[in-house]
Amino acid sequence: MKKLTKQQKSNLITLAMVVCFYLICEIFIRTGLMSSHLKGLLVPLTYYAIAAVGLNLCVGILGELSLGHAGFMCIGAFSSSIFSVMTRDALPTVPRFILAFIIGVAMTALLGFLIGIPVLRLNGDYLAIVTLAFGEIIKNILNAVYMGVDDKGLHLSLKDAASMGLDASTGKKIINGAMGITGTPSDSNFTIAIIILLVSLIIVQNLVQSRDGRAIMSIRDNRIAAESTGINVTKYKMLAFTISAAIAGAAGVLFSHNISTLTAQGIYFGYNASIMLLVYVVLGGIGNIRGSVIAAMILYVLPELLRGMDKYRMLIYSIVLIVMMLFNWSPKAIEFRQNHLSKFSKRFRKEAAR
Amino acid sequence: MSLLEVNDLNISFGGLHAVHNFNISIERGDLYGLIGPNGAGKTTVFNLLTGVYSPDEGRIILDGRDITNLKPIDKNKAGIARTFQNIRLFKDLSVKDNVKVGLHNIYPYSALSAILRTPAYHKAEKQMDERAMELLEVFDLAGEADTMSSNLPYGKQRKLEIARALATNPKLLLLDEPAAGMNPNETAELMDTIRFIRENFNITILLIEHDMKLVSGICERLTVLNFGQILAKGDTKEVLSNPEVIKAYIGED
Repeated sequence: MKKLTKQQKSNLITLAMVVCFYLICEIFIRTGLMSSHLKGLLVPLTYYAIAAVGLNLCVGILGELSLGHAGFMCIGAFSSSIFSVMTRDALPTVPRFILAFIIGVAMTALLGFLIGIPVLRLNGDYLAIVTLAFGEIIKNILNAVYMGVDDKGLHLSLKDAASMGLDASTGKKIINGAMGITGTPSDSNFTIAIIILLVSLIIVQNLVQSRDGRAIMSIRDNRIAAESTGINVTKYKMLAFTISAAIAGAAGVLFSHNISTLTAQGIYFGYNASIMLLVYVVLGGIGNIRGSVIAAMILYVLPELLRGMDKYRMLIYSIVLIVMMLFNWSPKAIEFRQNHLSKFSKRFRKEAAR
Repeated sequence: MSLLEVNDLNISFGGLHAVHNFNISIERGDLYGLIGPNGAGKTTVFNLLTGVYSPDEGRIILDGRDITNLKPIDKNKAGIARTFQNIRLFKDLSVKDNVKVGLHNIYPYSALSAILRTPAYHKAEKQMDERAMELLEVFDLAGEADTMSSNLPYGKQRKLEIARALATNPKLLLLDEPAAGMNPNETAELMDTIRFIRENFNITILLIEHDMKLVSGICERLTVLNFGQILAKGDTKEVLSNPEVIKAYIGED
């Protein structure tokens, strides 16, 4: 077997952790040891992990703060959901979901690209503010749109359902304004979500450890030096931003195919959601892909599990946030971790050699 | 024909005429020095040559090609690489990866083959690794290939910047105060390295420097700038004994 580099090993560990997590959950489900409440959290937890991985590509690897990723999830959710609702009776489940997934991701990538053209001319705070605005614009437009289909074709309106002029007998409402899309088939499940998480991890990790990833990180570290070393700054910023948006879109597809009624509400797609994703990324470690997955999983499940504690829920949640921040960012904690981990792996190697 | 031909370059920032009618002609294989007191416009000349600024007037011709108004990335592709006065490394990348960024355009493959890990990816990465290690060997950095570049000592960071610039395979290498902040031993070592790369990489070097030992030790020809204008140019020895130059540097008695 070829010798693996440290990076490759670390990648494999991340993937193995996700697979182990999946197997453990499956065992608990099969043996009936998992409550139905917890079971219902598995898919959301996975798609938030996917979105966090996508956002980390933008924030950690490219080094540009985006507050619009919930908006990208929204695009993925709506575009795939529209397709699924329209073809609900015409296509069997598997090809329908695959097509819906491709459409959702492609639409988000396209919009990410288009938004990236003006937005990536900005840096730092300005970029954060503009992406925040775009996220809100996407959410608000989708809140106002009415869309229906009948035998004459597609009807759109920004006023109300009646002004679409749908044929009374053959017409079918797809987006009903702020009421959103009802009747999206629940095609996603935990297994599919985990597969998509693994694929996005592989994409991001392989990209980071390549010529393109190095170019992206060189822009983050020193833009002027990158330019004069022959790196096409605009191209690589666009590449990273588009892939990052597309992965968030994939999370959106899973989102919409996991619930029956999809609405563009602030709690799912507004700036709060974007900031929640950013919290996953920051607390997992900026630029640390594995950390994003772990942080997203813990921080999504925790408030749900603490529901029983009622008043103290947010108090405990905030304490956990602070502890995670210290664990990941305090120099002392990092030193402590490094010392102990290196001791552990040294001992492990010695024993393996014996 | 000379490698670099600069004619009447001018740039002003507001009311400040930072570079005034700058001319230089560098032959292939030259080791050319650009000196002058602080604020004379030396780094501005570098920024003009590498496309950070575009000149108000004048022409820059590299190897017979007009590159006056190209962007930094295209100037690099045309064959100019540089280092910076205040070190600009990619600090969160390893030493080897810094050099591999320099090799970016030399061993290309698509993003898709990176994601799918195709044979093209493995082949190009292997070539990059080998080339990067070769370059690091020259600068005595091979032992630190996996170190984070921000953890290198100062002198080695300077060397790494030169290695990264060389990786882009330039015709002309611009060094902006390569010996700044180095002790005499490090400077002596740097002089050997600069001589070595000039001979082994078939390259032309233009450098800005304040360390007169280094300048008189390795530069064959000099141009002296003062207040954005050329004060003197010619052979190193002649220029350094020119009373005008001594006056500008040390002042009148």
